[in-house]
Amino acid sequence: MANLVIFLTLLTLGFFFGRYREKRHYEEIRRREAALLMMPVRVEAEMEDGSSPVPDDASLETQIVSGNVVVANDYFKTFVAAVKTIFGGRLTSYESLLDRARREAMLRMKEEAKGWGATEIYGARLESTFIEKLGLEVMAYGTAVRPIRAKAEAPLLTS
Amino acid sequence: MTLTTLPTVPGKAIRTHFGIVTGSSVRAKHFGKDIFAGIKNIFGGELKAYTELMDETRREALKRMVMQAQEAGANAVVGIRFGSSDVAQGAAEIFAYGTAVILE
Repeated sequence: MANLVIFLTLLTLGFFFGRYREKRHYEEIRRREAALLMMPVRVEAEMEDGSSPVPDDASLETQIVSGNVVVANDYFKTFVAAVKTIFGGRLTSYESLLDRARREAMLRMKEEAKGWGATEIYGARLESTFIEKLGLEVMAYGTAVRPIRAKAEAPLLTS
Repeated sequence: MTLTTLPTVPGKAIRTHFGIVTGSSVRAKHFGKDIFAGIKNIFGGELKAYTELMDETRREALKRMVMQAQEAGANAVVGIRFGSSDVAQGAAEIFAYGTAVILE
């Protein structure tokens, strides 16, 4: 009986807090995405003819940039997903979690690039790992490009 | 050390190729941090302590790759890729690899 009460409490907490946090996170994601619209991210690391997508210009410099995030689903969604795996089909609760994680990682990469003074990101990659008992990690990385300045700041990822 | 995920560096020609260099790091979760992660599993959302942990792991892997490139005498690593795998419960490996080169 006590176990059932705890279970239902966790389920309720998960449902309300999870929903609230997801809604807030999506609002934040949209706001930050809008703010970074002017920084294009391209997946291509090389063009069809094998050349680099970045102009071969000595006045440009490049720097590796990345963003990552580890996320976990709330209790309610985890439970619903567990039930759904019995019947199969779409697990929408995980789809939204993964979507949020990817967009968050991408935003962090873009924010790092912006802080460095980048104008564009090339050769972007998305990588994800599910770590048991830890959560899902998503990483975005790519090469930021900016015009060379007189005074260069310290590199980001290697500092 | 110039690091890029692209095959070339703008305005610079590649003089010498040294082949692939790699770096890897395996880290496990911290017990203290784990209590908070358990709470997060109820409410959902980001596990900030683990985001930082994975970020540290990645930097370490990249650093080791750079060390290998330096030993070879390279001044840049091009075409960098990251990969990750879960090796055990609560432990993850991140590796970085790329081609060590000398830029003129």
